[in-house]
Amino acid sequence: MTEQEILSRLAKIVEEFTGIPASRVTGEANIAEDLQISSLSMVEIIVAAEDEFQITVPDAALKDLGTFEDVVSYIYRARRQAAGRSGQDDSAAEVAAT
Amino acid sequence: MSSYRNNAERVVVTGLGAVTPVGEDAAATWAALLAGKSGVRKLTESWAAELPVRIAARAMTDPATMFPAFQLRHMDRSGQFALLAARQAWQDAGSPRVDPERLGVSMATGIGGVASVLNAQETMAAKGWQRLSPFIVPMLMPNGAAALIGIELGARAGVHTAVSACASSAEAIGYGMEMIRSGRADVVVAGGTEAVILPEAIGGFAVMRALSCRNDNPERASRPFDKARDGFVLGEGAGAIVLESAGHAAKRAANVRAAAAGVGYSADSYDVAMPAPDGIGAAMAIRRALADAEITPADVVHINAHATSTPSGDTAEALAISRALGDAARGIVVSATKSMTGHLLGSAGVIASIAAMYALRDSVAPPTINLEDPDDEIIAAGIRIAPGQLELRSRPAKRAALCNSFGFGGHNVTLVFTTA
Repeated sequence: MTEQEILSRLAKIVEEFTGIPASRVTGEANIAEDLQISSLSMVEIIVAAEDEFQITVPDAALKDLGTFEDVVSYIYRARRQAAGRSGQDDSAAEVAAT
Repeated sequence: MSSYRNNAERVVVTGLGAVTPVGEDAAATWAALLAGKSGVRKLTESWAAELPVRIAARAMTDPATMFPAFQLRHMDRSGQFALLAARQAWQDAGSPRVDPERLGVSMATGIGGVASVLNAQETMAAKGWQRLSPFIVPMLMPNGAAALIGIELGARAGVHTAVSACASSAEAIGYGMEMIRSGRADVVVAGGTEAVILPEAIGGFAVMRALSCRNDNPERASRPFDKARDGFVLGEGAGAIVLESAGHAAKRAANVRAAAAGVGYSADSYDVAMPAPDGIGAAMAIRRALADAEITPADVVHINAHATSTPSGDTAEALAISRALGDAARGIVVSATKSMTGHLLGSAGVIASIAAMYALRDSVAPPTINLEDPDDEIIAAGIRIAPGQLELRSRPAKRAALCNSFGFGGHNVTLVFTTA
């Protein structure tokens, strides 16, 4: 899955949990300041993203996620690491293709 | 009389909002009450089949249709009702421009977000704590509804929640009045909300033997003051009123519904569920309310009674009215609108207050439906109950309506509204 695909799926999650149109969820948008997403809504979004992208995001990582670009690249790296560990063919192939 | 009042701000009501079992807003609720319409229905949910009580008074508006999905998930049903009622009241008041530091909220609940607690319990059992909503605590906390309203309106004078069972919203109105009188606020949105038509709540009240079991005839089940009454009917919904200092209301030429002239509180300190014998606690609240409003029993033309249709509660209240108002009680028309709305617990007092203010405006008492054979003890108490609509006395010039509200735990609150 490409970073662009991750952003697009993430934007749909953000829309579902906050009502903010997916089109406004851009990589550079600041989560708290530009989009006014509360910390509690962000927890909902991260939990939904964990399910959607089959990853886990430790609480300690949350404080470094200021923009959706940060979130996308975190998810991208987490998926790649997970694929590397498990050696799953599908994910590995996907990562290789990107 | 009470010297602390000499410089205190007079409080008026400038907005009404309600989501009730008989109406989608305050005006529709009043029209339905005047027409004697019952909001009590059979419960069709499968869980009701297991219970001895299978009737309740659901709100006319399903709040789930009134908010986008993402907002619904963040609010308990009681918070949804509260926000709808508060928005109505605010709009009815003309959406006043108020300094945020002078705007307050006093929104009560009797029970709070118990539906959210029960949902959370299911989520925990099925999926673990990690899948609880991060909004679960704001949803279950009793002050959650008040906070929702405060945040939406930007109220910074103070946001408060009274919790005193079925007296909660009357207490919240009293607290709101005191915020204005003491100079802490110019405008306060006050009221209450409740949403506990759930198997656990119905089972809980049923095991206390507090609910009517007249399952086959829902519209006849709530029958305050009637000999055949056998308990209350659980209702849901919310009410909100905009309280305003008379000066602030005059400055913006607001439409004044009534004056919120007085509040009286007392506690039975007797039993957690039964009223004190002969209604002595309730009588004390009524007397204190009159003193606070600086009126006499002869000024009172109408009472919206707490009268929930329980055998002991209604009798105690009739005795309390008689004890507190003496001979003047004979000239006062008492209505029990819970005969139509059922008992909305933490929003009962505000819904009754709204009805009392409309009654003053239209000079008519709403009916007490199902009063077919009045209880002998209540007849002996000498109070005059309106079985159908009854016109109110046109004198004195400044007339008062009382709203009684009593709660498990022995909480008694009486509010006084007067023609402005």
